[in-house]
Amino acid sequence: MSAVDHYLNAFEAEAAGLPGRGQPWLDGIRDAGIERFAEVGFPTPRNEQWKYTRVAAIEKRRFGLPAAATPVTARQLEPFLFSGLACDRLVFVNGRYASALSSISEGEVRMESLAAVLKNEPALVEQHLAHYGDMKRNAFTALNAAFMLDGAYVHLPRNVAAERPVHLLFVSTEDGGEFAAHTRNLIVAEEGSSGKVIESYVALGDGGYLTNNATEVVLGANSELEHYKLQEESLKAFHIAALDVHQDRDSRFTSHAVSFGALLGRQDINAVLDAEGAVCNLYGLYVADGRQHVDFHTTVEHAKPHGTSREFYKGIIGGRARGVFNGRVHVHQDAQKTDSQQSNKNLLLSHHAEVDAKPELEIYADDVKCSHGATVGQLDDNMLFYLRSRGIDKEAARGLLTYGFAQDIIDHMSLAAVRDHLEGILVRRVPAAESVAGIL
Amino acid sequence: MGATSEQVESLVRREYQHGFVTDIENETVPPGLNEDVVRLISAKKNEPQWMLDWRLEAYRNWLKMTPPSWAQVKHPEIDFQSISYYSAPKSKDDGPKSLDEVDPRLLETYEKLGIPLEEQKMLAGVAVDAVFDSVSVATTFREKLSEVGVIFCSISEALKDYPELVRQYIGSVVPENDNYFAALNSAVFSDGSFVYIPKGVRCPMELSTYFRINAQNTGQFERTLIVAEEGSYVSYLEGCTAPKRDENQLHAAVVELVAMTDAEIKYSTVQNWYPGDEDGRGGIYNFVTKRGECRGDRSKIAWTQVETGSAITWKYPSCVLKGDYSVGEFYSVALTSNHQQADTGTKMIHVGRNTTSTIIAKGISAMQGEQAYRGLVRFGKGAENARNYTQCDSLLVGDRCGAHTFPYIEAMNPTAKVEHEASTSKIGEDQLFYCKQRGISEEDAVSMIVNGFCKEVMKELPMEFAVEAQKLLGISLEGAVG
Repeated sequence: MSAVDHYLNAFEAEAAGLPGRGQPWLDGIRDAGIERFAEVGFPTPRNEQWKYTRVAAIEKRRFGLPAAATPVTARQLEPFLFSGLACDRLVFVNGRYASALSSISEGEVRMESLAAVLKNEPALVEQHLAHYGDMKRNAFTALNAAFMLDGAYVHLPRNVAAERPVHLLFVSTEDGGEFAAHTRNLIVAEEGSSGKVIESYVALGDGGYLTNNATEVVLGANSELEHYKLQEESLKAFHIAALDVHQDRDSRFTSHAVSFGALLGRQDINAVLDAEGAVCNLYGLYVADGRQHVDFHTTVEHAKPHGTSREFYKGIIGGRARGVFNGRVHVHQDAQKTDSQQSNKNLLLSHHAEVDAKPELEIYADDVKCSHGATVGQLDDNMLFYLRSRGIDKEAARGLLTYGFAQDIIDHMSLAAVRDHLEGILVRRVPAAESVAGIL
Repeated sequence: MGATSEQVESLVRREYQHGFVTDIENETVPPGLNEDVVRLISAKKNEPQWMLDWRLEAYRNWLKMTPPSWAQVKHPEIDFQSISYYSAPKSKDDGPKSLDEVDPRLLETYEKLGIPLEEQKMLAGVAVDAVFDSVSVATTFREKLSEVGVIFCSISEALKDYPELVRQYIGSVVPENDNYFAALNSAVFSDGSFVYIPKGVRCPMELSTYFRINAQNTGQFERTLIVAEEGSYVSYLEGCTAPKRDENQLHAAVVELVAMTDAEIKYSTVQNWYPGDEDGRGGIYNFVTKRGECRGDRSKIAWTQVETGSAITWKYPSCVLKGDYSVGEFYSVALTSNHQQADTGTKMIHVGRNTTSTIIAKGISAMQGEQAYRGLVRFGKGAENARNYTQCDSLLVGDRCGAHTFPYIEAMNPTAKVEHEASTSKIGEDQLFYCKQRGISEEDAVSMIVNGFCKEVMKELPMEFAVEAQKLLGISLEGAVG
């Protein structure tokens, strides 16, 4: 049975049990998703968007529903929390909402399980759900649209500044087996609101599961959202995710995307600046070694005038790993006075590692300032010499400089607790980790 | 801003100056492509059997291929059966040995183009192998070149006189099945230039070829092969123009360069094929495969191109840097206006140790012109300490044009270092203001800024060509050049 048939059969068997089944508009989305997926199947390297990333390993497996797993305890989650950060938390275990592990405070910001919303108040999300992720372009988004099971719905009402960040914690357990979690998040920030959302994807154990996530962010006029996406999946897992952002007038969106885990990690970020004066900042850090493969594809669509975008991505690739970065900036004919900058820097640490970078500019307006830069290289000899002349040995100097290289991206985050958490992980991932930790 | 846009629009609006047709009797085969046409072309040229076999192999490969669709260009499907694949001026029967024997009307054509074929002997010291449609009509300075052992002739002559040399190198850089248009060229190429520089020889003069598409409905498929033996040096210039026609003409050339140890090849192009009229009718489809191989250590290949013509340009002059310490360079100025489209760039494939490459690409888009830089920088596993620096800048003139950048970077060696930078902007109002405030007219100011924008590339052109290229940009920005 081909992979496509496997998912077609699974859809037939499971569709009736999916949340919100029976709602015509939602059924339409699910049916369109599975039809689209049946039509195109899994992407091959002949598809320009997947030129450097093969998903044959995902295609070979037959991911289904998670096996009945032993319950997760609050204690087990402790390593994944941000100490000292007061936040609301929604926890999802193997793709399903776990209310016992979650803690939501009373307040104006609404947050709950998307499955519950689809069952009880589907009209609430009808306007936005699956309106922004392009299932024509991305087969995984189509697959997610068909199977979306659960995730978070976060709503920031008009003119509300959220006091506490929202932490969405997605945990996958090893005893869940080879399952697929088609998680879907919808974050809506109404006019004049502001907030912070952290999505983190972590693993208990060493499972070979698939996370196929789709997150949509809708920003009303003059709203502001800081979005964190932390990927710390198991090193045997597959993590495919799409973040689609739609921005209204003068809205400000900042994304921090950090990738440490997964055997194969692919993150698409598409932001559409669909009204004047929108600002979009994308920061990213990817660290891969062993046989990891990490791929970031970002697109910034400047559809209207006076938009500003900034993009800074850095990668550290060692071992036999491969890092892929594709950053596209598209300035439409109407989008005069666009100001866009993009930079991608990669450190290649090993003779068996590979980096493929492709920064793209597509510009149809003339009164714009757009630039991009990309580099691939190794650590600066002068800096190494400086440290070594001060008595730091070669390996430790390399580790220290690698740490500094990455920290540059983490520094853009406004939440100190998240920075500390990530720096703690980072320090264990650089060369001569112990010496570096000692020096720091 | 209104005044400036109008100004600039008037600058880029221009009449094609080389749009005349030379009335010479042509010997042309009827349109269409099949194995017999390939055999006919080969027979007309009295080619050896292996050459015909090679052409047929290419043709059979081509039949299995599909036209590339990834380029950022739009055009109706090309009907390859409506093109005539061979066209030669009839008076060629005996083959001219000196300029006196050349049809005077041909010479007139070249004079209108401003190639000083006659004067060159005395003044510029440039030997010209002029390709008129498909057959080389005049080759100057051959004797002087042969004194130092340099072979400079048309490729069909080379097939007669030096078949073993041609056989050794043809298709060794661009194989006959490399891509759709290269395969087509391999099957039906009619003529082109062959250059061979022996060991240790520094070619005493700049070599130059002028290509011109004259007959209607003919595609031009020339093939150029340059081999520089150990320690030699050659600078080769190529200029192209074509007359005005309402239909689109296809030009699918292949250029192969081979540089041995310590050899250096400098290849400069000024491409001014007919770009089509203001509404985008007619014009040349310029689908070219150019590739150089630095086979020996410390060899160097430098491509310089000024692309102002053609309705559609699709070309990526590339360097395969095999030898240790070998150097690849690419300097490009491309101008697209009216409805012109260009998808151009380069590939730098680093194979050897300590190889370096530099890419400087400048694009100017005006009116409805569309332009894309597409480049690949690849460091193989063995490319220890390889370096690349890439800079591509685009200048936009008018709000309906487009400028795109698609650089691919593939690094597999941790000691290699690549830096890529790109920027897109319009002519700065502050720059214009600064010039005008100092009493420089707006027209002159625009010209100064555009020339400054392209300067890094222009300075790489040989002197004779730099003047011509600047003249071309001048025509393209008519009225602005003081």
